[in-house]
Amino acid sequence: MKGLKTYFYMEGDRVAKAVDGVDFYIDRGETLALVGESGSGKSITSLSVMRLIPEPPGKILEGSIKLDGKELLSLSDGEMRKVRGNDMGMIFQEPMTSLNPVFTIGNQIAETLIKHKKMTKKQAYKKAVELLKIVGFARAEDIVNEYPHQLSGGMRQRAMIAIAMSCDPKLLIADEPTTALDVTIQAQILDLMIDMKEKFDSSILLITHDLGVVAEVADRVMVMYGGQIVEEARADELFTDPQHPYTRGLLGSIPNIDADVERLESIKGQVPPAHRFPQGCRFAPRCEHAMDICRESNPELLETKSKHKVRCYLYEPLSGEGGQSHGTTSREAIRSTKS
Amino acid sequence: MHKYIIRRVLQFIPMLFLVTVLVFGLAKAAPGDVLSGEMLDPNIPHEVLEQRREALGLNDPIHIQYWNWLSAVAQGDLGTSMQYANRPVMDLIQARVMNTVYLAIFSLVVTLAVAIPIGIYSAQRKYSLFDYGATTFAFLGLATPNFFAGLLAIWLLSFQFGWFPAQGTTSAVGLSGFELFVDKLRHLVLPGFTLGLASTAVYMRYMRTEILEIKGSDFIRTAHAKGLTKNSVLYKHTLRNALIPIITLLGFEFGFLLSGAVITEAVFNYPGIGTLFLNSISNRDYPVIMAINLILAVTILLGNLLADIFYAVVDPRIRYD
Ligand SMILES: Nc1ncnc2c1ncn2[C@@H]1O[C@H](COP(=O)(O)OP(=O)(O)O)[C@@H](O)[C@H]1O
Ligand code: SF4
Ligand SMILES: [Mg+2]
Repeated sequence: MKGLKTYFYMEGDRVAKAVDGVDFYIDRGETLALVGESGSGKSITSLSVMRLIPEPPGKILEGSIKLDGKELLSLSDGEMRKVRGNDMGMIFQEPMTSLNPVFTIGNQIAETLIKHKKMTKKQAYKKAVELLKIVGFARAEDIVNEYPHQLSGGMRQRAMIAIAMSCDPKLLIADEPTTALDVTIQAQILDLMIDMKEKFDSSILLITHDLGVVAEVADRVMVMYGGQIVEEARADELFTDPQHPYTRGLLGSIPNIDADVERLESIKGQVPPAHRFPQGCRFAPRCEHAMDICRESNPELLETKSKHKVRCYLYEPLSGEGGQSHGTTSREAIRSTKS
Repeated sequence: MHKYIIRRVLQFIPMLFLVTVLVFGLAKAAPGDVLSGEMLDPNIPHEVLEQRREALGLNDPIHIQYWNWLSAVAQGDLGTSMQYANRPVMDLIQARVMNTVYLAIFSLVVTLAVAIPIGIYSAQRKYSLFDYGATTFAFLGLATPNFFAGLLAIWLLSFQFGWFPAQGTTSAVGLSGFELFVDKLRHLVLPGFTLGLASTAVYMRYMRTEILEIKGSDFIRTAHAKGLTKNSVLYKHTLRNALIPIITLLGFEFGFLLSGAVITEAVFNYPGIGTLFLNSISNRDYPVIMAINLILAVTILLGNLLADIFYAVVDPRIRYD
């Protein structure tokens, strides 16, 4: 994904810049985590990949999203529907409401296979049973004929994973897949996702606000704030050497197992609404290191260590320009060498 | 689910009993009886009337009268009419009931055929000119009483344009086969639309609201994420959920149609149960009134029973225990 901007046009000429220039890539077999507080633009980023932004009021303004070299943003509606569910599968936060209450689990898995793999009903149901077994249902033969309300939240999320993986997608997008689940179930679902990724040789874009989840499964992490990526690094690197003040705030707020602390309590203030970002660094109002320059202009996302990018004036870019060089020319130069 | 249905049917029985008590009680509580009209005739001596009352059992204790009536009804004997020269009430009803049934079916089919597509289209084109038009029609339809809509239809579509007949069930004698069918159908048009007007408005609004609400739900987003076509998302995933309240309402529609038919039939001089009912009321023909009341009440009860059963069939979330 390159330079993606997804805006929402709201009443009174307000424009919510939910995703405001986001670049990223995911390698085959990789699990990329996208973290950030609620409202930072994670869901809109993932829905943009699927081109599921409600339009109006939303619109993908510019950018490029390529899947195996195929530009998704120039596909027709019909062509995009062949990609969704087939090359990319998605699961959502609310397993309780994400399945249609009036159709059986089998029906809901089979219809994807019938649509994309041109299977007959019989073949599709047979495959549905197999898939249910793979995602861990012992009674798969019965489950195909059951309705969503007969299953628990964790079981429904398993069924959602079965649907998402049914057509052997290249990418599985999971938007807060475990947030609504019991803690004991969370780890099982994460394990299952990683399992599936390996079995089907695909990649995962995992969206979460829970750094505990990230630590468990992610290869690489992107931290999102105010519609932009503010830090990107390998997972182990991010946990050992977090740089952006926001990331450090997030890490400082991972709750203790026995202490019942409110998450994110160490970062004061709130995520700014997407239609009223501050002029300079979007984190400046909440940042204890904010300098004058921070309030004037927004820093670029630059590589400060090998494979570690940060969007913050506190850090100097890797290339030997030296000093607090914020000139656009040198920044542009760094960008172009990287891309 | 079979257990649920059986239990629901069993609950129906005490309700039915209660309804018979009510129908009987109401008829008894009304002033006068079948012979009251004849009291005004000074040529009939008081003693004779009293004798006839005795013979008809009108002086028996109330529960005996109820029991006699109920056991007669159970055997299909609804008594004899006073106004129609002692003809059995059953005959009177049998002669007309099918007309009312045709009218109700016609009205229901038209209602659904109009309301569902318009509701869907309105939801698809929310806030379009079409949507506003449909909304206006719905509010007018709800606000217009049956008799007024009926008179308007007669004046405009029958007298002014002459498109449809304004009364009766057929216009010519000697028609048969397909011609008779078409002629009867033409006679159903105006009363049928009039009777269905309010329901059409209601279903249309329900359909629109339901679809709009369901469109925003998570499982519809899932359906899109699976790459299903627009039609599959609308006609399978959305519609199947949107129809649940409609199908449930259909059960209640029976009683609504039958009671609406009373006024509509009168306006169009349509020989059904409704006109018979109104005539009987003005003539204090209690046996007929009671019989029709009973039919109305039982129809409503059956409708409610059907609504519950439909609901359980179409919504897998309904728990049967
Ligand atoms: N339909 C919409 N209309 C207007 N603004 C929206 C809409 N959907 C999302 N937004 C805005 O986009 C921003 C990002 O939302 P989202 O991606 O859901 O955040 P996250 O998933 O990180 O919690 C929020 O500030 C939100 O206000
Ligand atoms: S750029 Fe400035 S305000 Fe923004 S995070 Fe860095 S130090 Fe804080
Ligand atoms: Mg979200």
